[in-house]
Parts: sequence; structure tokens; C-alpha cells
Amino acid sequence: MRLDLLAELNAVRDARRAACIVTELASGDQRLVIEPEASDPFAEKIRNAFASGKSTTAESIDGKAVFLNVHVPSPRLVVLGAVHVSQTLAPMAATLGYEVTVLDPRTAFAAPERFPGVDLVAEWPDVALPRLGLDPFTAFAALTHDPKIDDPGLSAALAAGCFYVGALGSRKTHAARRDRLAATGVKAADFDRIRAPIGLPIGAASPAEIAVSIMAEITAALRKPEIRA
Amino acid sequence: MDPLSTAETWAREGRAVALATVVETWGSAPRPVGSHLVIDGDGLFEGSVSGGCVEGAVVSEAADVIETGRPRLLEFGVADETAWRVGLSCGGRIKVFVEKVA
Repeated sequence: MRLDLLAELNAVRDARRAACIVTELASGDQRLVIEPEASDPFAEKIRNAFASGKSTTAESIDGKAVFLNVHVPSPRLVVLGAVHVSQTLAPMAATLGYEVTVLDPRTAFAAPERFPGVDLVAEWPDVALPRLGLDPFTAFAALTHDPKIDDPGLSAALAAGCFYVGALGSRKTHAARRDRLAATGVKAADFDRIRAPIGLPIGAASPAEIAVSIMAEITAALRKPEIRA
Repeated sequence: MDPLSTAETWAREGRAVALATVVETWGSAPRPVGSHLVIDGDGLFEGSVSGGCVEGAVVSEAADVIETGRPRLLEFGVADETAWRVGLSCGGRIKVFVEKVA
């Protein structure tokens, strides 16, 4: 690999963006793809590889073996609300390989004793989120049930293109949320990306079971983005 | 340490560097496709392309790649004798692409 190409790849990875190195195996010719163009013969394969995180081999039109090595950032989960569900959700997501941050401006909730070993931030979302840098490889779950806290977080997650945006609350709560966010300029198409009521419908009863339903929904959003429960 | 960052650092230090990448696996393979091993001109390495079974063979091939500048596609598997010798005993087969970083 040319050193300048390697340096460019490393810079893209540091910026938490997806990248693909396309290598023609016989000659060693290589190129870096960040956004596959429509004219790229491997555009679809690269997009699929970005979604699955799996590198793959392919064949060019003239029959040459090609390797598509994808580099995707590790997924992150930002949980807004240091609530009972989050106490199970945070360690569960960490086990699944997510970098996890729990955010809650209410210091009684965001107490380190309640979240041992978890990255805990006791700040308002509009203060903390720009620093945390939400991105398309981040899942965002709003669990405070308090519009003052959840709403600005949800707006930021939608604007950042988080691959998963979920919010706790009944259908009625969610309808009221739709009106409030519309009033702040959130477009309907963006709002419709919010999964609410949050979690897969598995009949979850306890806070830990709700955490399971949320984590399963996040996993589906990451691995099978075309499926929406 | 991340092998791709190591490769860049080593190359910038003026060391001769080769990069090995798992491009295909069959059956039970210890490291997934896309895994990297970076090797310098003295045979020092970081990362892995298997559970330690074929690293030795890849490192010696890397010396040739560094010298000639030409990439190589290596294949290891239980079906061929070489693989037994280097010991990919897990029952899988892997293809490893080795290229110079320059």
C-alpha cells in the first residue's frame, strides 16, 4: 500500500468514518473509497459491506479478483437518562462491543455508584452532545421521560444521522413529542426515524427486559437496516 | 496497538514495512477477513492473521515482498503440506495478501 493512501485511510478511521480499500489482488493496485459513486462497479458491494462491517472478495468486469477491505468505526451507544433501564442497558451494550456513554443532567440519577465502570456524564444534552460527537455509527436512546431533557437530545441525534434513535414513552407521549419537535423545526421524515415506543415488542416487563428489547432493536438497526420492526 | 497505525508510524520512521491482510477464509479460521499483520525489515511484527499458526511463514514471505516490492497472495490450509508444516491445525484455510508499504 502506498504510504499516502495508508495515511489517508488512517485519517478517515480516526474521524470515525467508514472507508474501503479496493485491492486488485494480482497487481496490488489500490484505491480508497469513502462514498461509493454510482459509477463504481463495486458500489453496491461496498455499501453492503459498510452496513455489515464485513470485508469481502469480488470480481471485476474483466474477471480480476478484487478484495474490498472495509473499515467501519466501532459502534457507540449514547443513553440519555441514567435510569433503571440504563443500569442494565449500559453494561449489556458494552458486552456487545459498543462504546457506551450515559448522559443525565440530574446528578441524583447520574451517580457513579449506580453505574460502576460506565462513562457517565452529568450534563445537559445540548452541552455534552456536541463534545461527544454523535455520528452515523452511534445509537441514541432517550430514556428520561422528561421532554426538557429528551427533546434536545433527540433533535441532535436525528441531525447527526445516528443509525438508531429510540425514545421511551407511550404512543400518546410520542404524539405530543411529534408536535413539540415539529415546532422546533424537526422535519416529519426525520421524526419518523425515531423508534417509539422504544424496543422490540417482546412483552418486556422489568427494566432489565426492556433493556433487552432495546438492545435487540439496536442490533437489528445495525446489522439489518432494511428491516424495521 | 492497531496494525495500520503501526504500519504508518514505522514507514514514516524510514523502516521497510510490509502489510499482510487476510482476504479469504474457509471453514474454521481464527481471524476474520480483513485482519492485518504488519512486518518490518527486521522481521518485527504487530497484529495477526491467524491464531499464531502461520505468522512465521507470513513474516518470512514478507521479507521477499519488501525486497522485490511485488505483492504476493499466500494460501494456507490443512489440505496442503506446507500448511501442516506451519501448523494451521484448526482445520480452516486462509488466503493472505502481502504487500509492501512505501
